[in-house]
Amino acid sequence: MAQTVAQPTATTPVVPAKLPLKAIAPWAVFFGVLMMLLLYFVGAEQGATSVFNGTDVHEWVHDARHLLGFPCH
Amino acid sequence: MNSATVRSLLVRGMLAGLGAGVLALIAAYFLGEPSVDSAISFEEAHSHEHEMEVVSRSLQSTAGLATGVLVYGVAFGGIAALAFCFALGRVGRFGPRATALLLSGCALLAVYVVPFLKYPANPPSVGDPDTIGKRTGLYFLMMVLSVLLAIAATILGKRLAPSLGTWYATVVAVAGFVLVIGLAYAFLPVVNEVPKHFPATLLWRFRLSALAIQTVLWGGFGLVFGELAERLLNPKPATSTSGRAVPAAH
Repeated sequence: MAQTVAQPTATTPVVPAKLPLKAIAPWAVFFGVLMMLLLYFVGAEQGATSVFNGTDVHEWVHDARHLLGFPCH
Repeated sequence: MNSATVRSLLVRGMLAGLGAGVLALIAAYFLGEPSVDSAISFEEAHSHEHEMEVVSRSLQSTAGLATGVLVYGVAFGGIAALAFCFALGRVGRFGPRATALLLSGCALLAVYVVPFLKYPANPPSVGDPDTIGKRTGLYFLMMVLSVLLAIAATILGKRLAPSLGTWYATVVAVAGFVLVIGLAYAFLPVVNEVPKHFPATLLWRFRLSALAIQTVLWGGFGLVFGELAERLLNPKPATSTSGRAVPAAH
């Protein structure tokens, strides 16, 4: 009876240890920016704004841009 | 040790994103491409000027599509892995697998579904080229707003949980999210550039397939990354009874 309460059983998940913010921050800043840059080239380059001249990037990812929901042209 | 854990999770996130991207690519090719082709046929039948083809259709619908979807998968996989590093142990009593699936479910909603309901995906020939700047700005604004509000709602829920209990704190946080998103829907400008006589069923099929692609991508990512993260963080088999010996670290 008393044993049926409070004791965590094998199926109770243990709360995982937190990763310290100091360990996450450098990765988050550097890779966060890098990943956003990738998303920019897939989603918006040579549409609303251009880093490179021409339409090659736009035309190459054209179908992906439409199907992933980005405004295309 | 901890920095190395973050790095390992990031690498696994990008790999899981690549894997999920492959699944999404299959969905995009078989569900989405037929609608894109139909929309392009409509466009060609209704426009008088003929644009020069820079990249052929057969390349756009295969290698081009693959490039876009896979890069998208890897990029969001990396970002989601970093968000996972932050969320793990901070959002509630969830293990790595459950945290990963919960996170990718929320990401599907915040990154895609919420912006999609206001500014849905459009097939070729829908959309005025002159307004691309405005539409891109609004779309990214909606995406950023939705993600920030989702984070704010999560923090609010965590703050309220001690006083209201987890259930009601979650209800209040979700209701707050829905309310502010509803206001954004009401006040942000409407975009409707569907040409006259564009087939409604084609538009519907295209948008459904766009939604399916994202569901496959985020669903696949949550399951694959959850598995990889679980194996990295809890190397022992899931059936082991080590659970009660180790108290939660503070």
